[in-house]
Amino acid sequence: MAKAAESSGEPGTTSPRPLMRDLKAVGKKFMHVLYPRKSNTLLRDWDLWGPLILCVTLALMLQRSSVDSEKDGGPQFAEVFVIVWFGAVTITLNSKLLGGNISFFQSLCVLGYCILPLTVAMLVCRLVLLAEQGPINFMVRLFVVIVMFTWSIVASTAFLADSQPPNRKALAIYPVFLFYFVISWMILTFTPQ
Amino acid sequence: MEPLDPLGLVSLYLLLSGYLYTDLSHPTKEGGKENSTISNAETRFVCVYFILVSYEVYLFFLFRPLQNFFLIIGRRPAGWMAAVGDLQFEEFGNAAATAAENPGATTISIEGPGESPAHQAGLPRGSGGEEDDELLGNDDSDKTELLAGQKKSSPFWTFEYYQTFFDVDTYQVFDRIKGSLLPIPGKNFVRLYIRSNPDLYGPFWICATLVFAIAISGNLSNFLIHLGEKTYHYVPEFRKVSIAATIIYAYAWLVPLALWGFLMWRNSKVMNIVSYSFLEIVCVYGYSLFIYIPTAVLWIIPQKAVRWILVMIALGVSGSVLAMTFWPAVREDNRRIALATIVTIVLLHTLLSVGCLAYFFDAPEMDHLPTATAAPNQTVAAAKAR
Repeated sequence: MAKAAESSGEPGTTSPRPLMRDLKAVGKKFMHVLYPRKSNTLLRDWDLWGPLILCVTLALMLQRSSVDSEKDGGPQFAEVFVIVWFGAVTITLNSKLLGGNISFFQSLCVLGYCILPLTVAMLVCRLVLLAEQGPINFMVRLFVVIVMFTWSIVASTAFLADSQPPNRKALAIYPVFLFYFVISWMILTFTPQ
Repeated sequence: MEPLDPLGLVSLYLLLSGYLYTDLSHPTKEGGKENSTISNAETRFVCVYFILVSYEVYLFFLFRPLQNFFLIIGRRPAGWMAAVGDLQFEEFGNAAATAAENPGATTISIEGPGESPAHQAGLPRGSGGEEDDELLGNDDSDKTELLAGQKKSSPFWTFEYYQTFFDVDTYQVFDRIKGSLLPIPGKNFVRLYIRSNPDLYGPFWICATLVFAIAISGNLSNFLIHLGEKTYHYVPEFRKVSIAATIIYAYAWLVPLALWGFLMWRNSKVMNIVSYSFLEIVCVYGYSLFIYIPTAVLWIIPQKAVRWILVMIALGVSGSVLAMTFWPAVREDNRRIALATIVTIVLLHTLLSVGCLAYFFDAPEMDHLPTATAAPNQTVAAAKAR
């Protein structure tokens, strides 16, 4: 309330304030993902803007570029989108069915935000692929993807592990591992046409 | 109670019919397209009509049987419950009568949560002599289980009903996986590990892992086989993931369904000692597929002999788990039918593994011959191009 009173006092800045506030919130959560500590920010103030931005970015970069490679190729934009969201929903349902006390959207929020390291990996891979192809190229990409994959797992485990009953933690974490593994595989095997 | 009341349904129907009728009488396209416009609207009308009629039929005729169906597929096998059923049959006699008189009342909310400790206490007593308890007729024990309540006593549209299928701890899942990898003769997988607590976690996630393991290993293996060829352009073959998912999930759910139906049918003809619920069969099949995950990863090795040895080992392990599980369920039956059942189970399993190997993994040796003859030409051409 105090913040709203301050913002209405400034001339000409009332309408962009909610947008800036939302962007700042999203940026703050990105920082929380990149430096995972035991904090409740992601869970308490969940939002789905960050996951949406990340998912769209990832899907745009992963889609196959030419139309004639319909038969066997990389995923389409819609396929990546469906995999990310459908996978996140399945993992959330799984953790709720196992008796976790995390809400549906909080879990979606955490899983979506923890794709950030993999999106960074995708950007790096795209840049590396501009150089000449070869085994060294592949090794660099493999190393980057493995590091970012581990980062994603650590980040999401830091947020999600506490909400599970202690004797079922591994059961709830394994689908997260599988999810990020599949996304890492899609990133690693991306070949530009 | 029915999810949607009939009045709402009828008004929805009238609303949609009105909309479609107005669309019919004012075709949006002119000239020669009128025929297609009318047929499109007619098709929509027929589809909506069909959907609404089916929903009405479902509400008024199928709802109650479906409720009972969901109770039946979640029930424990007759042998376990017979001892407890003796104790509880008189208690629920009145409840059964009242449930039959009131078609509107749900038959599932008869016993409260206090009943389950009684069941838990009843189980250790009953487990010793389960083989002899089947002298009860199967129909009686079925009704007893239906009314005497199991742990899955919530209606099937609530979240708690599905939570009972995920009531496993980490060590239990590991034990079940270990049990599927080390089939001990004489030890029944269901009796030893599942013990009337079938879970859906194991089958679902083992199938998911297997889908990705096969798709990724197939892709990797093809890449390694064609590595030296100049004409080969690597593609991730993303379509194969959806094909693998369809095959494996269909196998893991439809084959247990068919087997369960078949065993129920044989149960009605011949009194069998052991009978399994649908979820227990799904559980056995799901856990028996676990051996194929390391097998799929090892199939990357591009040697035909290695691959076929792996097929034999995996088939031996999982086939014996399945055979040892289902042999007690059919051994009281006609000899030929029992043997035919076991052979069919193993045969379908073989078909799955060989089919996956053939479709997702390219044959290793065939491709080396063209490479050997083409390589000199290519190097010559490359030398000329320079």
